Amino acid sequence: MTVAVNPSQTGEPVFYLADEHPHPEGYSTSLGFWIYLMSDCLIFAMLFAAFGVLGANYAAGPAPKDLFELPLVAVNTSMLLLSSITYGFAMLTMQQNKTAQTQMWLAITGLFGLAFIGIELSEFTHMIYEGATPQRSAFLSAFFTLVGTHGLHVSCGLIWLVTLMVQVWKFGLIEANRRRLMCLSMFWHFLDVVWIGVFTFVYLLGVLR
Amino acid sequence: MSPDLLKLIFGRLSIDSLPLHEPILVGTFVMVALGGAALLGGLTYFRLWGYLWREWFTSVDHKRIGIMYMILGIVMLLRGFADALMMRAQQALAFGGSEGFLPSHHYDQVFTAHGVIMIFFVAMPLVTGLMNFVVPLQIGARDVSFPFLNNFSFWMTVGGAVLVMASLFIGEFARTGWLAYPPLSNIGYSPDVGVDYYIWGLQVAGVGTTLSGINLICTIVKLRCPGMTMMKMPVFTWTALCTNILIVASFPVLTVVLALLTLDRYVGTNFFTNDFGGSPMMYVNLIWIWGHPEVYILVLPAFGIFSEVTSTFSGKRLFGYTSMVYATVVITILSYLVWLHHFFTMGSGASVNSFFGITTMIISIPTGAKMFNWLFTMYRGRIRFELPMLWTIAFMLTFVLGGMTGVLLAVPPADFVLHNSLFLIAHFHNVIIGGVVFGAFAGINYWFPKAFGFKLDPFWGKLSFWFWVTGFYLAFMPLYVLGLMGVTRRLRVFDDPSLQIWFVIAAIGAGLVFLGILSMLMQFAVSFLKREQLKDVTGDPWDARTLEWATSSPPPDYNFAFTPVVHDNDAWWDMKKRGYHRPLTGFKPIHMPSSTGTGVILAGLATAMGFGLIWYIWWLAAVSFIAMLAVGIGHTFNYHRDFDIPADDVIRAEDARTKLLAGAK
Repeated sequence: MTVAVNPSQTGEPVFYLADEHPHPEGYSTSLGFWIYLMSDCLIFAMLFAAFGVLGANYAAGPAPKDLFELPLVAVNTSMLLLSSITYGFAMLTMQQNKTAQTQMWLAITGLFGLAFIGIELSEFTHMIYEGATPQRSAFLSAFFTLVGTHGLHVSCGLIWLVTLMVQVWKFGLIEANRRRLMCLSMFWHFLDVVWIGVFTFVYLLGVLR
Repeated sequence: MSPDLLKLIFGRLSIDSLPLHEPILVGTFVMVALGGAALLGGLTYFRLWGYLWREWFTSVDHKRIGIMYMILGIVMLLRGFADALMMRAQQALAFGGSEGFLPSHHYDQVFTAHGVIMIFFVAMPLVTGLMNFVVPLQIGARDVSFPFLNNFSFWMTVGGAVLVMASLFIGEFARTGWLAYPPLSNIGYSPDVGVDYYIWGLQVAGVGTTLSGINLICTIVKLRCPGMTMMKMPVFTWTALCTNILIVASFPVLTVVLALLTLDRYVGTNFFTNDFGGSPMMYVNLIWIWGHPEVYILVLPAFGIFSEVTSTFSGKRLFGYTSMVYATVVITILSYLVWLHHFFTMGSGASVNSFFGITTMIISIPTGAKMFNWLFTMYRGRIRFELPMLWTIAFMLTFVLGGMTGVLLAVPPADFVLHNSLFLIAHFHNVIIGGVVFGAFAGINYWFPKAFGFKLDPFWGKLSFWFWVTGFYLAFMPLYVLGLMGVTRRLRVFDDPSLQIWFVIAAIGAGLVFLGILSMLMQFAVSFLKREQLKDVTGDPWDARTLEWATSSPPPDYNFAFTPVVHDNDAWWDMKKRGYHRPLTGFKPIHMPSSTGTGVILAGLATAMGFGLIWYIWWLAAVSFIAMLAVGIGHTFNYHRDFDIPADDVIRAEDARTKLLAGAK
């Protein structure tokens, strides 16, 4: 690029590229996806803020101490953390061009994700069954919305994961699919990071409160 | 049919939802229906549907999408302005025991719709449209980073506008004011569909806005032509970059706050309720954390337009380019630190109010720096008073006035007196009309020849200019007076007869603005008829300075036959000064994105889903959602989204331009 900016050998300034190479496909994708993730991060930031404001407004209803079962949440957290590790393995095998192994690690990641969603749903059902519904207090509204939004993201990630597995199966580890797997990888790890925030601020600090 | 079945199929939609008992709405509907039928009939008669679908609706060309945004903005301006005229007429009439002509149920919808439409569906499309059209050309790119996403974003904005317009004839719109504060907007006080139209209209459009923000940031960061370092970018591109950063960093907040309100209304959660621990004030805080950056989202690109126009029509390099860039960046950052000034009266206490009062006042410093830069650019310049420059000068005078009343309102004790008064209404119309609207008009007059290949007619343009400017002052100066006297906003009837004269003057002002809008429409029509006389064959009708003027008017699909190389801030000026020769040979095939109808379909489904959710037609919402998922996933199975423009086509287009240029000499 710098060569083109310099004056040409005849001393005349160069005002255009005579020999142009178009930007490779997906040239802006990783930057664009990062910016999207940051906007998504802002969504979680707002939900955390809402939880921070409303999280102690129990309205004479149940408090975190009465509701949260930390061992179950710990198991759930480990599901998500393990899924991040297995996704990492999928990316490593992808770089070695091992399609079958990539697919296997993706499938395992999906199963961990599914387990996470399953445990979360059972936790929600249990709470609602006990009368701790989202309508009961502002604390519970904020709790269900924050944790539920995260769960919704993981569910979207699962749909995306299945789509990508089908695409890898049909078209192989072509450049476009690698890029997509990389984006999902960023998304998946991002959700992991958000969950660490949820686990710490909602569950651990909630039980201490 | 049984009521249960009807409810399953139609939700809360019934024949009573149609406003058949309101003569104004029935009349409007008849007019819109006749006009719409004439338009659709005309399109069918002239067999334009295929052309429109292929060349425009499914186009991923940033120039076409930009133009479609502008059309959307201007069409919605007519609707938003009709609301304004009704309000001005109502307030001028409703004295001495008269109830005026608008019942409160209708009047409250009118002022809400006016605000929502003017901000989201007039100002935003105009600004986004100009950025879409101009930025890739200014940075020497062939398109935006994500062309399909660009098309999808546009149609989502249209989807939101469709929902808001639908509320006019099916059901009703919100009666809450344009930001829909709870508890008024909550289900207890607004059980009707109005607030739901508001929520889903904005959510659908908001997705489009956020995505187009991401798209334009990537475009500016990644696709600049060789040599264009950050500090060589045109100022309009700089303001576009900052605006899109603001969009990405603020629209998610709007998404969340509206989603929480939705949960309150649909699920019965307690975010913004008065009981069970909810906090309505949290809504006010959150929505202004989006809302204040939003006003800078609108005005920063306008600042960019004025910078381009001032230096072009003064025949000089922009004074203080670097300070202009830093001022823009400082405004971008400060815009996040002032939101609380919208509700000093909330009772946050003196320290909090002082903090936000001071940050607000500080924003006037970079803004003032910009104003001086424009003045110094004009100083000793050879100023040509063409239409874009006229709008710029009107902006400078008007905006300084609006800015000063803004600093006045930033003083918390003064704000306690003026809060929610017509003084505030006068202030923000003063800055939004004087800044954003005048900026958009300057931009339209400036870039129109680039987009269509002929200039706009100056006679009707000047008529429109003078009607708008005088109309604006007549309409809003009385509101300052009324506000100082203590008249609050959103009132429908008045008791004190001494106030009437001010409202009458304001109504006359609105009438003048109406003539301004009509003159502008005339200007478009006349210019189209006189397009041969007004033709721009050079591609550079204003003797301008930035890259977009280096290519033909209108630019070819690929923008530049060869990617430009930039050495100076005013790249095109530099090329002209240093003897640039347009290349005539050596053309190669050009890689371009292909058109796709997916964006239209997805946005259509999103709009249908919104409609289903508004009316509790759950099956419609579910079906559209699943269809949206299917279409979206299906789209990702298409791996071939580009094509090459053959070298022959490029040669043909460029030869045609060579002939045109030769004819111009």
